[in-house]
Amino acid sequence: MSNRDKQGKFVQRSLSQQAWIQFRNNRLAICGLVVIALLILVSITTILIDLADGGELYKVFVTKNNLPMKLAKPSAAHPLGCDEYGRDLLFRLLWGTRYSLFAGICTILAAILIGGVFGSIAGFYGGKIDNVIMRFMDMVMTVPSLVLAMAIYAALGSSLVNLLIALTCSQVPQFARIIRSSVMTVKDSEYVEAAKAVGASDALVIVKYIIPNALSPVIVQGTLGVATTILNVAGMSFLGLGIQPPAPEWGSILSSARMYMREAWHISLFPGLAIVICILSLNLLGDGLRDALDPKQKR
Amino acid sequence: MLKYILKRILLLIPVLIGATFIVFSVMDMTPGDPAVAKLGVDATAEQIEELREEMGLNDPFLVRYGRFVLNLVQGDLGTSYKTGLDVMQQIMQRIPYTFLLSFAALLFAIIVGIPAGIISARHQYTVFDNCTMVLTLIGASAPHFWLGLMGVIIFAVNLGWLPAAYTASGSLALGIILPMLTLGMNSTALVTRMTRSAMLDVMNQDYVDTARAKGVSERIVVFRHMLRNALIPIITVLGLQFGNLLGGAVTTETIFAWPGIGRYIVESISNKDTPCVLGAVVMLAIIVTVINLLVDIIYAFVDPRIKSQYKSMIRRAKKDV
Repeated sequence: MSNRDKQGKFVQRSLSQQAWIQFRNNRLAICGLVVIALLILVSITTILIDLADGGELYKVFVTKNNLPMKLAKPSAAHPLGCDEYGRDLLFRLLWGTRYSLFAGICTILAAILIGGVFGSIAGFYGGKIDNVIMRFMDMVMTVPSLVLAMAIYAALGSSLVNLLIALTCSQVPQFARIIRSSVMTVKDSEYVEAAKAVGASDALVIVKYIIPNALSPVIVQGTLGVATTILNVAGMSFLGLGIQPPAPEWGSILSSARMYMREAWHISLFPGLAIVICILSLNLLGDGLRDALDPKQKR
Repeated sequence: MLKYILKRILLLIPVLIGATFIVFSVMDMTPGDPAVAKLGVDATAEQIEELREEMGLNDPFLVRYGRFVLNLVQGDLGTSYKTGLDVMQQIMQRIPYTFLLSFAALLFAIIVGIPAGIISARHQYTVFDNCTMVLTLIGASAPHFWLGLMGVIIFAVNLGWLPAAYTASGSLALGIILPMLTLGMNSTALVTRMTRSAMLDVMNQDYVDTARAKGVSERIVVFRHMLRNALIPIITVLGLQFGNLLGGAVTTETIFAWPGIGRYIVESISNKDTPCVLGAVVMLAIIVTVINLLVDIIYAFVDPRIKSQYKSMIRRAKKDV
């Protein structure tokens, strides 16, 4: 990246400007960003439509049975075909975006916040506090995230909020661990020592020097975490333990598609592709952000 | 080293007690009365009360937890509400299958993922690197259960090469291929990507330049100076992966009717069979804890700094006492 403008003069750029320029040049990352933006737009639009007409469209196109079109193959009228109740698959997929995206984003933001607080305290102070916090995280982490989420969900009872709580609990330790290890690598560096020497408080050091440096691994893990959560939501719904039919959640569509694997492959294919596209975009976006935000990676 | 391992094993005990406590308290919140579940809805109030007393359900929470741990240590996880079978025995029958599947998937991930990651990092932005990255992106993005369904549709329904589900009479070697690929795909992709990015991180370090400047051969630079340092995040990912694999086994086992512990948990949750869910989740937690310990010990071999950091921690702890 050149530091000269079109006239050949040197220009000063802030780190965030440089990061944006770096990010802008990464075509795959931009693709990811565009697709995620589109998916968010679709989910907001569908929610607005539901609010505007009181769920009328939702009832007619998304959940109403239309048995003559049962298991219809993709055609001009129904580009992705119809499911086992003759409902248009495209409509169901569009109306299903909200579950995955919002569950994923809310869960990870909460997990980063909670895990970040625990992780930075543990990494910064070390010693006994570190030991207590990280052993507790180890305890939570001993149960695989999907299984822990299933157990919490089974115990709390089935509702969307409980699902989010269950998924957040299962994601917190990962972030605590990652933030702790980045904090530990940064906290002994000279600039942190210098900041402490001129009298910066612990809180200032954590917020101003340690968090920015811990950010890029958190972003990479964060995008992967949103992806994991979306997979967990879909996985739990697939097993019949998450969002229940007739709500058009992608995993629960796949779950019912299992019964019709032999005669209607399209019901299995498209919801899965939707999940893959969503998660692929998140991964591309995360990679692009990583390249842009991590100066060590710049060539 | 032996002392380090012994101390880590001692530290394992509070973690295990904590983990069982977390799972026990979560499962304790489950709505519904176990006595009613056991007797059925027709039972009279007196019968229910009698059974509650007999099962110790009226005792305080900590007493019940203590009893659970004591029984667990003796290998007793109670009996299923539904079938009346011994939970521990059922779990022990299923664990080997889950282990077999997860290890096969992990091995697949290591054998394919680490070399692919190294080659990608060494030849960044070449055709190989780009292809690998696209494939791993798709591999990391596809959910287990969808890969499983697609695998069944392609290889079992249409081509008829592999069995669509595990059967006790079928060949284990053929039966494990689809579940292994299904379960291992995500990990393979993740290990490849992690290896690549860890290698790239390490590549720009001064000591790599120093080694090259000293005239160390490229092979030694890659394997001794780069890979050994890159291994730390890779081992972290592998350690975390094993937990994920055991979790992912839940959906994979359900699709392929694999007789492992994951399918057991799903069935038990659907049946509201709390002792089975509790027992299976606790056993999974214990297994993952032990594996985490093994990963930490491997860490200490790979990165001696961790051991010395641990020693200073112990020293501080002793001072506090």
